[in-house]
Amino acid sequence: MSTNIFKLEFKMHLKSVITWSLGVSALIFLYFALFPTLARDAELLNEMMAQFPEELLLAFGMTGIDLASVLGFYSFLFLFAQICLAIQAANYGFSLVSIEERDLTADFLLAKPVGRTQIMTSKLLAAFSGLTITNIVVWIVSFGAINLFREGRSFETKPLLLLLLSIVVFQLVFLSVGLVISLLVKRVRSVTPFSMALAFGMYVLSAFGSMLGDSKLENITPFKHFEPNYIIQNAAYDPLVLLSVAAILVSLVGSYLLYAKRDIPSAV
Amino acid sequence: MSIIEANNLTKYYGKARGIVDVSFSVDEGEIFGFIGPNGAGKSTTIRLFCSLIYPSGGSAEIFGKDAIKFGPEIRQEIGYLPSEVFYYEGMKVLDLLKYSASFYKEGSTKRLYELADIMELDLTRRIDDLSYGNKKKVGIVQGLLHQPKVIFLDEPTAGLDPLIQQKFFNLIREENKNGATIFFSSHILSVVQKICSRVAIIREGKIVEIQDIRTLQKDNYKKIRVTASHLDETRFDVDGVSNLEKEDGAVSFFFKGDINLITRLISEHDVADVTIEEPTLEEIFIHYYE
Repeated sequence: MSTNIFKLEFKMHLKSVITWSLGVSALIFLYFALFPTLARDAELLNEMMAQFPEELLLAFGMTGIDLASVLGFYSFLFLFAQICLAIQAANYGFSLVSIEERDLTADFLLAKPVGRTQIMTSKLLAAFSGLTITNIVVWIVSFGAINLFREGRSFETKPLLLLLLSIVVFQLVFLSVGLVISLLVKRVRSVTPFSMALAFGMYVLSAFGSMLGDSKLENITPFKHFEPNYIIQNAAYDPLVLLSVAAILVSLVGSYLLYAKRDIPSAV
Repeated sequence: MSIIEANNLTKYYGKARGIVDVSFSVDEGEIFGFIGPNGAGKSTTIRLFCSLIYPSGGSAEIFGKDAIKFGPEIRQEIGYLPSEVFYYEGMKVLDLLKYSASFYKEGSTKRLYELADIMELDLTRRIDDLSYGNKKKVGIVQGLLHQPKVIFLDEPTAGLDPLIQQKFFNLIREENKNGATIFFSSHILSVVQKICSRVAIIREGKIVEIQDIRTLQKDNYKKIRVTASHLDETRFDVDGVSNLEKEDGAVSFFFKGDINLITRLISEHDVADVTIEEPTLEEIFIHYYE
């Protein structure tokens, strides 16, 4: 790893890391602030839920959830946090090397006396460090919000820890898959459409998969592998998590190989 | 000793031609010009030497070492000025140059300030806000600050005003005096003419000619213009004459061959004026294009 590349990359990520961290924090905090009110009218709430169409509940992974319980409510809002985390990680993945090519700085950087493997490792570590900051912030805000608003209601720690621990793998999937796709296409002109498509695409796949009961399709999406409802109810990971881990490994190895052989596109 | 060497270097982008069978070698301490129209393959050649792209065939060597296999090691001693200006968003000039210096040996940071001073570059500005010419200056300083032994310049003078261009040439000559070998690509011949000792002409991906710049100018063509009364331009239409043109009472043409032949032809006329000049590289160059 080159420390100078890492430092620069990290600095470039910092603003975005802060923005995303604040955004996800606000989402978790404000959402969970509703919990006391809703929990007090638990019966009303569950009654209302029962009137929703089954498909809708499936789409949001809400079947069998007791919204009046601390973790039930948390797992519901965690899905939205996951969407944010997915977009952030995909952003960093898609932009990791493509931005340098777009802004023509690749010609500058790659003519320096460092190998491509080293460049990529430094960039990956910088992006991962950024994601980890967001990850830590999510932990702090989650525990803070739960303790602030649970009003004495108890909850099990283990499922919550498992849920929060899953974030790191979840982020890595979108980071590495984004990266490998960016290297498979000739040029990424704009990062946002790609990361939005990947994150929402995967989410929609999981939502529709549940609705249609088509398990083959939904098995490929990390939103299914890390379904908050499943982790909370079973206090364990779905074995499908291994698919996510495999996706990370394949994407990373593929990215290194592709980047080592890549012809850096020139301006024209 | 040859420092930069291409052996049958070939690059295809998919099916599109980059360069084909390009071979040349540049000796230590040379300023080697590389000229050709846009799209001829100049940038492709340079980017192969910096291993930004990989050859489809042949080899590129610097210091006798393969440019790809020993890439990181070789690039320690390479300075590269890309043809297109680049910048990291929101970065100040000084930040970028310091970042660049951080890849090289100590002392590069000191040289950075000297170079910025010579090129009259404002270090405090954001690169995004700079004009094209000023961005080009950032590129120049970035490419030279580690005092490399080999310098690749890809269209370095585009966007520079004549005064700065002069300073830049002096800078290159100075680096050259201190032992740097320079590979200078441009599509503007007068620029190459000013500074290079030898040139390669590339066209449609292939090397057309490699020559000493003086040979190119002297041994080839003479540009002759004769003003006389009762001119019969067909008299000049002999072997070795090309681009024959007549315009009110004068003929002008290029001539390659025994000069006595022409002086005899001229003496047949009642000459009012005659000029025999070296053609400019541009004029020579046209022949390679036709």
